[in-house]
Amino acid sequence: MSIVYERPHVLTDEQFTFCGGCGHGIINRLIGEIIEEEHLEEKTILVWPIGCSVYSDKYYNVDSICALHGRAPALATGIKRALPENMVLVYQGDGDMVSEGMAEIVHAAIRGEKFSVIFVNNAIYGMTGGQMAPTTLMGQKTTTSPYGRSDENAGKPLPMAEFISNIAGCYYSERVTLTGPANVRKTKAAIKKAIHNQLEGKGLSFVEVLSPCPTGWNMKPVKAMEWIETNMLDMYPLGVFKDLDKEAE
Amino acid sequence: MNRVTVDYERCKECEYCLNFCPKKTILKKSESVNKKGYYGVVAVNLEDCIACGICATMCPEGAIKVEKDI
Amino acid sequence: MGEKVFMQGNEAFAEAAIRSGCRYFFGYPITPSSEMPEYFAKKAPSEGLTFIQAETEVSAFNMIAGVAATGKRGMTATSGPGFSLGCEAMSYMSAAGLPSVVVYVMRPGPADGDILASQGDYFQMVKGGGHGDYNNIVLAPYSVQEFADCAPLAFELAEKYRNPVIVASDGMLSKMMENVVLPDRTEGPGEFEGCVNGAKGREHNVITTCATGPQQWEQFNLALQSKFAQIRDNEQRWECYNTEDADIIIVAFGTVARIALTTIKIARENGLKVGMIRPITLWPFPVKAFEGLTGKEFFVSELNAGQMVEDVKLAVNDNERVHFYGRLGGITPTPQELYEEIVKQCKH
Repeated sequence: MSIVYERPHVLTDEQFTFCGGCGHGIINRLIGEIIEEEHLEEKTILVWPIGCSVYSDKYYNVDSICALHGRAPALATGIKRALPENMVLVYQGDGDMVSEGMAEIVHAAIRGEKFSVIFVNNAIYGMTGGQMAPTTLMGQKTTTSPYGRSDENAGKPLPMAEFISNIAGCYYSERVTLTGPANVRKTKAAIKKAIHNQLEGKGLSFVEVLSPCPTGWNMKPVKAMEWIETNMLDMYPLGVFKDLDKEAE
Repeated sequence: MNRVTVDYERCKECEYCLNFCPKKTILKKSESVNKKGYYGVVAVNLEDCIACGICATMCPEGAIKVEKDI
Repeated sequence: MGEKVFMQGNEAFAEAAIRSGCRYFFGYPITPSSEMPEYFAKKAPSEGLTFIQAETEVSAFNMIAGVAATGKRGMTATSGPGFSLGCEAMSYMSAAGLPSVVVYVMRPGPADGDILASQGDYFQMVKGGGHGDYNNIVLAPYSVQEFADCAPLAFELAEKYRNPVIVASDGMLSKMMENVVLPDRTEGPGEFEGCVNGAKGREHNVITTCATGPQQWEQFNLALQSKFAQIRDNEQRWECYNTEDADIIIVAFGTVARIALTTIKIARENGLKVGMIRPITLWPFPVKAFEGLTGKEFFVSELNAGQMVEDVKLAVNDNERVHFYGRLGGITPTPQELYEEIVKQCKH
């Protein structure tokens, strides 16, 4: 028998605390696969946010630190500047990054910090119980936009992958999703590229992942995957928005 | 015969594996709940399995192992 | 012996910090602390330092938390409005056990305020400032020499107790120039047990301040409290001046303590036996300095509306014997002014 797939050994035996069908679980699993495939166990420092992935430090047999809400890019700046040879991976959700920590991520990109960022966009605050995020879609109902997000009250959602790509210090920015095996593989490839960029000393690499939140969206996981396809892709199109490797060619 | 092993106790019944499986006949929800209270998925019909690994690729829990008979 | 130079307070501290192995400075310019980031920026190429002008103090404090998490020595410097923004990270660093050094150059608040000398941030430094049950170690020098000496001491204490250390300066001490003997060059340990620098040849480390339940979090808090109890027992620092025969003891720190030294002379020339206790650690407050001082009156003077006076009252445990005089808005009292106030308030 040859092994087609098995749980990465870099993951601990801890059960993920995510809800059933949550995209965080897939992304966390992919991070484990990449660390293992790239033999980065001794080099990696994972920087976790406040949000649903707040306990992710328990899932890996590598060094981890959990930041304050929104501050992961600043914390990671200190770490990466002190240890430029290590692989520093920043993981943030939409509330953490786009609300609380907007200054931190933007200025990390302006400085061209040489770490990789995974941004999980599920258009909602998951951990606090389904409130509106800056990424919440127009008309989307959440517990703090019970009649649907309105432009007059909350403005329009912000497409981060495009926004960050416009900052000179950003080296690479791509938006991917998890809505099927092909997209999951693309997500893995994007994260891997972001990590390779870092190891080659290139500027900030940014991967936005459109991710299902079945609990926050109040729908079955398979329906949530379909909802991404039918509702999120107009506002958040998939694709590479910046790749200085390509522009150099 | 190819083999799919599900870590039943990790399963949270999201059904991604059932939904994205190209054969749809290999995995099935069990009759009883696991310790977390979910009707965890089990492999029931491995004859049809082509060991494509899609179930494992979609699993948010890292609960599925896929082996190919060679 | 180190090198003797004539230097401004802020620059002397920055140079002393570099000589103490501090290789990272993250900060946001704010008067009266800005010579420190400027000094690090200037020395960065020749000393191999990393200097980042952060977008906010929020980020600067989190950046030094990041450096501290790797075991390396890093610092920031700021004043009141900036420190208020950094308080979230101070709470985090104390809880997470991240050894860092913050210079707090006090200026008169509240809010935007002014830029001269003040001690109005005593409560914020000493009582926590951020959220939750935690303490900062607070050192309060009163001369440029002592300010510079605080650099190696602050890093040693931060690393010994795995807690942030604040060095409390003000708009006067930071801006004045004095002769100072700079400390010899030393290096920090570069790592600590539990730091995050890649799990090479060891088990992986995790730094987190996220609770997993009330039982776990109570135990976490109790461990923190035992750290603070240890600091309280071991690290009270103060200096006494003519306290043995004194009837009246001035209690003052930093800039006011300098002024009060002359007040002691004036008082004694006028037949009044005045001495002084000068707290060097504001937290832990040097309660030991007050032990056995029965029958004496205490005259607390601060550049605020009365903050440290509360700790003096707790230490003395007799409100009738504790007097207070403070100036606000950036005004510093004269020695004569303090003497006259002592005569007015004290019974002796």
